[in-house]
Amino acid sequence: MSAISYNRKAEPDDTRVKREFHIKFRKQIKMEPKATREGYGDALVEIGGKNPNVVVVDADLGDSTKAESFGKQFPDRYITAGIAEQDMIGIAAGLSVSGKIPFASTFAVFSERAFEFVRNIVSRNNFNVKIAGSHAGIFTGEDGKSAQSIEDISIYRTLPHMVVIQPCDYIETKKAVHVLADYNGASYMRLLRNPLPIIHEDNYKFEIGKGEILKKGKDAVIFATGTMVHESLKAYDLLKKDRIDICVVNIHTIKPIDKKLIIDLAKKTNCVITAEDHNIIGGLGSAVAEVLSENYPCIIKRIGMEDRYGESGKYDELYDKYGLSAKHIAEKVKRAIKKKK
Amino acid sequence: MSKNRIMKIKDFQDTENLRFSRVSELKKIANEIRKESLIMIHRVQSGHPGGSLSEADILAALYFYKLRIDSKKPHWEDRDRFVLSKGHASPAYYAALAMKGFFPKKELETFRKINSRLQGHPELKVSGVDFAGGSLGQGVCFANGLALAGKLDNKEYKIYVLIGDGESQEGAVWEAAMAAAHHKLDNLVVILDKNQVQETGKTKNVMNIDPAPDKWKAFGFHVFDIDGHNMEEIVNTLDKADNVKEKPVMIVANTIKGKGVSFMELNHKFHGKAPNDEQFKQAMEELRKIDEKLK
Repeated sequence: MSAISYNRKAEPDDTRVKREFHIKFRKQIKMEPKATREGYGDALVEIGGKNPNVVVVDADLGDSTKAESFGKQFPDRYITAGIAEQDMIGIAAGLSVSGKIPFASTFAVFSERAFEFVRNIVSRNNFNVKIAGSHAGIFTGEDGKSAQSIEDISIYRTLPHMVVIQPCDYIETKKAVHVLADYNGASYMRLLRNPLPIIHEDNYKFEIGKGEILKKGKDAVIFATGTMVHESLKAYDLLKKDRIDICVVNIHTIKPIDKKLIIDLAKKTNCVITAEDHNIIGGLGSAVAEVLSENYPCIIKRIGMEDRYGESGKYDELYDKYGLSAKHIAEKVKRAIKKKK
Repeated sequence: MSKNRIMKIKDFQDTENLRFSRVSELKKIANEIRKESLIMIHRVQSGHPGGSLSEADILAALYFYKLRIDSKKPHWEDRDRFVLSKGHASPAYYAALAMKGFFPKKELETFRKINSRLQGHPELKVSGVDFAGGSLGQGVCFANGLALAGKLDNKEYKIYVLIGDGESQEGAVWEAAMAAAHHKLDNLVVILDKNQVQETGKTKNVMNIDPAPDKWKAFGFHVFDIDGHNMEEIVNTLDKADNVKEKPVMIVANTIKGKGVSFMELNHKFHGKAPNDEQFKQAMEELRKIDEKLK
């Protein structure tokens, strides 16, 4: 159809409606929030199709972790361990030394039941086992504190050889799964229950250990991970209104952490904030503090669960109650900036 | 008698003679394993004699009769795998591996010493080791993974796991048992070194695991209940295990902790304590006497 001859007004009504709807709908599909656990499930199917050695081990939570998507496509390679997380990890380890590429997933908090198996079999031998812990953080909401892991990042971080990743959106998760499938070694990936905005493009390149600068600014820097990336981006907008210009960084790899980036931005801003849906003890905040205390000591404000458990509730209400929402982040950033030397 | 029948009887006698000499060879090897275990433990004054002595016969039968392995090719893809889940009983294991030729016997002198390959509990860097033990209950779970991979790839190799009776107090052992039966892992043979004693006392008093054969049967295993120091029985049972289909196998080997050394037998104090010079001397005397008897 040439631009000259095509007359939109002459278009039959239903075609016009369909065209406009299609354009609007396409935009919506692109922007529609999706949970990172969906990214896990979808990516497993992709890598499963590419590599016949990929196997998945499940501890009766495949429908929640979305590992089940793999199970539907490749039932022979989907191993049900039952509600037996220690056996799940042992099985994954045995598979990994037998030429298989195993992904083992459950709720983050229940993976902790098998922590010593992860420590003594997977980490100790640096086996090629990819562990995924879903429904992490108080973001999990209504299930309540027993299901909300706020300590997983800290404990997996203490294991030698363990790569610890928390992707912040659906696309990043898919990319991470593809990268991990090719990575030879132990890893833990933290997944989240609810839909999150997609902030990465399809051509995003995920690199283990590389922090991602999302917003540039010199007044302060927030190193955020997971859901807190999104809350920090909202805080960025709030602070902009008060003429405060912050840097927002997505730390998707807590271990090995991007030391250089952290030191550089600490030097540039002299005001460091960390944000995570996790205890402020042992997680991202501690990891950043470890780097800076040895290289560029400065004031660090750690935002997260303040050594207390969450509870049942809607996640946005919980974030507000426990000081993790954008509004609270913005407040804490302002206070930290005041403390700047 | 027809010629054929005479031939058959002769074949039978030959096989029996072969088996008899085989069995007596294995008994000598087992005693050698016992001596080597005590030597290496005594040298560094550290290690687990009780459980090493109780498993010596089983290890001799596995490494010198049953396991399809090649010491020249420790990573041979189609090898049988052995998992020492009761990883603390490493001395006997190392002795068996050395005698089989996975590494020189002289290396046994480095047991538990700094910078040594022969760590207190087995590490994968030791040639012939397929599982890094030390934490009880983990070996069976790991073995499930090995067995599942074998099934996925339609392989013929078998997985043998050695667990302890104290170890079978660990819940993970039963998670693994349930899964092995559920997934019909008939390429898995679990052997229970039921030596009746654990670190703090008799198993019956600490945490009774009896009736063990019944439990494993209830979990879906094909169970053999044998004398873990009767070499003939061990060898026969390992052969019978080959023919079990659709179910994993459990061989309950009734043994004596510290077997072969009078003051160590059924004595929980020698679960994890080395013999002093005097005790060592006496122990080696007793084992040498057994050597004499086996000649």
